[in-house]
Amino acid sequence: MSVVTEPQQSARSTGALPQGRVTGQSRLHLEKAKRPISERFTFLVPTLYIIFLMLPIYWLFNMSLKTNQEILSGFSLWPTNPTLANYMVIFTDPSWYSGYINSITYVVLNTVISVAVALPAAYAFSRYRFLGDKHLFFWLLTNRMAPPAVFALPFFQLYSSFGLIDTHIAVALAHCLFNVPLAVWILEGFMSGVPKEIDETAYIDGYSFPKFFVKIFMPLIASGIGVAAFFCFMFSWVELLIARTLTTTDAKPIAATMTRTVSASGLDWGVLAAAGVLTIIPGALVIWFVRNYIAKGFALGRV
Amino acid sequence: MEKTINNKAWFMVLPVLALVAFSAVIPLMTVVNYSVQDTFGNNQFFWAGTEWFEELLASERFRDALVRNLIFSFSILAIEIPLGIFIALCMPRKGWGVPVCLVLMALPLLVPWNVVGTIWQVFGRADIGLLGYTLNNLGINYNYTQDPVAAWITVIVMDVWHWTSLVVLLCYAGLVSIPEAYYQAARIDGASKWAVFRYIQLPKMQRVLLIAVLLRFMDSFMIYTEPFVVTGGGPGNSTTFLSIDLVKMALGQFDLGPAAAMSLVYFLIILVFSYVFYTVMTNVGADKPQAKGE
Repeated sequence: MSVVTEPQQSARSTGALPQGRVTGQSRLHLEKAKRPISERFTFLVPTLYIIFLMLPIYWLFNMSLKTNQEILSGFSLWPTNPTLANYMVIFTDPSWYSGYINSITYVVLNTVISVAVALPAAYAFSRYRFLGDKHLFFWLLTNRMAPPAVFALPFFQLYSSFGLIDTHIAVALAHCLFNVPLAVWILEGFMSGVPKEIDETAYIDGYSFPKFFVKIFMPLIASGIGVAAFFCFMFSWVELLIARTLTTTDAKPIAATMTRTVSASGLDWGVLAAAGVLTIIPGALVIWFVRNYIAKGFALGRV
Repeated sequence: MEKTINNKAWFMVLPVLALVAFSAVIPLMTVVNYSVQDTFGNNQFFWAGTEWFEELLASERFRDALVRNLIFSFSILAIEIPLGIFIALCMPRKGWGVPVCLVLMALPLLVPWNVVGTIWQVFGRADIGLLGYTLNNLGINYNYTQDPVAAWITVIVMDVWHWTSLVVLLCYAGLVSIPEAYYQAARIDGASKWAVFRYIQLPKMQRVLLIAVLLRFMDSFMIYTEPFVVTGGGPGNSTTFLSIDLVKMALGQFDLGPAAAMSLVYFLIILVFSYVFYTVMTNVGADKPQAKGE
């Protein structure tokens, strides 16, 4: 309460203190007080929205701390006996934790491949005009927009014929379908923000193209590379249909392990919830660093 | 930016081209191949012409799934776009509230899609879920596994939960780019809040809004994982959208011909919308100096 009342007091005390540091501050408060009441409650809208967003996630977290008996026997808003047993199951049972290892393996592979091939291509699109460049750029976009369902069956047959089914590289390559276009579009957006004069100056200074690209250009678009890598990681991490189709046991992603548990009869809700919470963590960890780029990444670098 | 004409730039695009050709063109050719052939098994194929396409376009199953998907896409657009604009308008512009709002709102966007499904599957259950339990205790009969209406509401609310933040973040990015001078001018003219929104904020958000609408339309048009986990396309076929139906046909029943024909028609629809998207991305706002990159 004291925090809320303090500004009002300082606003009231303006008369008593006509000069000094306080004046500028209190003028601000007076302006705020003049605003209509409706505006003072605008903070409620984002607050309510965030509560709506957090409730289901809280519920999952809540369940992950309960035993299966506690979940099924009664209804409680918070765990009465918080337990980490569900998390222990995931970290000790190979059929669970190998799912995480598999997912991370193919996701990292895919991110590295996507960004590596997208870098020169994005540079070409941002700096040069060449035969068919616009068509090519559009064609890349169509792959980002392609429904994975269309590709599930042909992917299965293609990778079977190469003997790649149930390997990490198969999923990593398959996810390039939508991640390479994504990386190209995002990086092109960032690269177009770098003035061309920098390239020209570097060439005059005697830099060769590879040296210029690595030593000068890449540090300039470092944030762009970070954003592109983050979004490749994210979209590969959240995808399930293709990853599940291409794997059986050795490279099975955690997402597929979870759906298997759903379809089994004896559901262990607590373990399922714990697995869910653990899949949210990679996103939640890096979200702070990319908070200003999220809109940009989803809009393919075009905001 | 002036671009130099240089056809050697093709060499820089070559790796992307090779990779995407492998992961897109070859599979698509397989699909085209299946769509015009029939088989009795044993890997013996013979020419079927346009038979599968005719069958597909006449089939009620495809038409129903398409209509369901369109209804779904338009209803989530009708909810998410106005809601997203409204929330973006109410978001703080400075202070500690900005990063907090951005981070918390972006969180659902980064949750794996099947976990989104799992979260809502659990959340809506009458026995162990907060939402289902509360609704049923309030005397509302809510059961998404039996009642198609409840299933639809669950799937739509889930999508609103999952993706409204994207609209909010895009609109917010558009709003903060409006120079303060515009608002000062409006204040001098004594413009009402509505006038400010209608003549300053909305026109300035036009580009990001178009991007938001198209992205949301495309992604909802190919939605698979979330409704599949929650309802499995049921009860009955009431939430079987195009992707769910296609996977059922291709991987479940292994009807290669019809599935391939459906894939191609599906892909063509997406292609048309991609073209609209591309035109918007490259043309709208291109005449005005648009801050690209940083």
